[in-house]
Amino acid sequence: MTQHLKVDMITCDGHGVCAELVPELIGLDEWGYPIVSTAAVPETALKHVKKAVKLCPKLALRLTER
Amino acid sequence: MSAPQVAQHNGPRLLTGRHVSLDEHARTNGVLPVVPNLIDVVTQSGLRGRGGAWFPTGRKLTTVAENARKAGGAHVIVNGAESEPCAGKDKLLLRSVPHLVLDGAELAALAVGARKITVCVHRGAGLADGLRTLIAERAARSWGSGLPVEVMEPPRWYVSSESTALAQFVDGGPGKPRSVSTYVSGVDGKPTLVSNTESLAHLALIARRGPAWFRAAGTAEAPGTALYSVSGSVRATGVYELPVGATGWDILNAAGGQTAPLRAVLLGGYGGTWISPDALAHPFTPEALKRVDASPGAGVVVALPQGACGLVETVRVASWLVSQNARQCGPCFNGLPAIADDLARLTWAQDHTAHDRLRFRLGVVNKRGACGHPDGVVKLAATALRVFADDVHAHLAGRGCAGWHRPSLLPLPTPPSPNEGWR
Repeated sequence: MTQHLKVDMITCDGHGVCAELVPELIGLDEWGYPIVSTAAVPETALKHVKKAVKLCPKLALRLTER
Repeated sequence: MSAPQVAQHNGPRLLTGRHVSLDEHARTNGVLPVVPNLIDVVTQSGLRGRGGAWFPTGRKLTTVAENARKAGGAHVIVNGAESEPCAGKDKLLLRSVPHLVLDGAELAALAVGARKITVCVHRGAGLADGLRTLIAERAARSWGSGLPVEVMEPPRWYVSSESTALAQFVDGGPGKPRSVSTYVSGVDGKPTLVSNTESLAHLALIARRGPAWFRAAGTAEAPGTALYSVSGSVRATGVYELPVGATGWDILNAAGGQTAPLRAVLLGGYGGTWISPDALAHPFTPEALKRVDASPGAGVVVALPQGACGLVETVRVASWLVSQNARQCGPCFNGLPAIADDLARLTWAQDHTAHDRLRFRLGVVNKRGACGHPDGVVKLAATALRVFADDVHAHLAGRGCAGWHRPSLLPLPTPPSPNEGWR
């Protein structure tokens, strides 16, 4: 089981908080919307990822298991 | 005409060429059968969804049935919304063999444990009232499962015929896509089976005649027949039924053959792929076409003649697709206008920067929406750049093109009026 980031693009407003907190896994496109890595979230990034999930102003970011 | 490299096929299974009444349907196909192990039968038949994805129908039924058990119920939506401008098979099936489609929906509903069926038809096609009459006739004659069947007309927006958009519309909301798969949560929060009219019509016959009969046509990987909506530079525009595995040339020949030497073919729909005429020699199965980066999709085949400009056609269609987005996902409502603008600039303004930027943007926008709409536009634009590479160079060099003044080959329907909105 690995953990992955998933963004609900309908809910996302492009605040960009996630990319600030986890730049190693999330970049922004030219319009400010997140480009999320499909790779498994490494253990070392987990703390910041959880913070990003919590701080997303639209609650559009989720951590899913697969 | 080359012989199709597929199993023996004895004429059309779905297309009758006229309306089949309930009496005639009963005589030809017999009563609605009771098939307790329908999902197994469908799985063995190898039927794959004809709405465009070619996903195994047996697996789809299995998933929805499992989720329905946990959720305590399910819903079935018949997808006959057909907002693809060059497609005609849903409308044709609902006019000619409505009882086959309705039987398929009822059988699928019983198999997954659904309590209600909604038939979604193209708004303005004049189908809804006739279907309601037929459904009342079935009920009056105690034909079928007794499950309630309603008819709805979702708005004509391109994205409104997407499965999650249909579920949201049937649920009383706008006909816009949602983020959650209908397998998990659709109408009333219940797992919802959204199935294309053609898939359900095949299913109704498979339930009666069995998997071996179904597999007597088509290929081992993609058995059965399929409907192709053929238009453009062909003698007889129309919907044709051929065994899956028929080549592109077989399909064009079914429509009377080409009327001019061909430049390219648009395959699958507006969110589909341009292919060059050499690819027409391939059998049109999902597997064979994957090798040329294409898919039969929902069976749309449009022949573009030499002398028309595929790039100009693509610019027009891309702009039309921009007008059809639901304005929900940032990468879609920002990215698609940017892509359409780049396409227009490289086509009309010799803008080399736009060409380079377009290639980059296609990679950025792909797969980033809640539904497949942005991916379709990316596919259309990316394959246009490849198949019409010569035209791209000619336009960028300012050499003009022969197709410049030709009217659009691909129809661009007027979008729904603003007061119609998304309901």
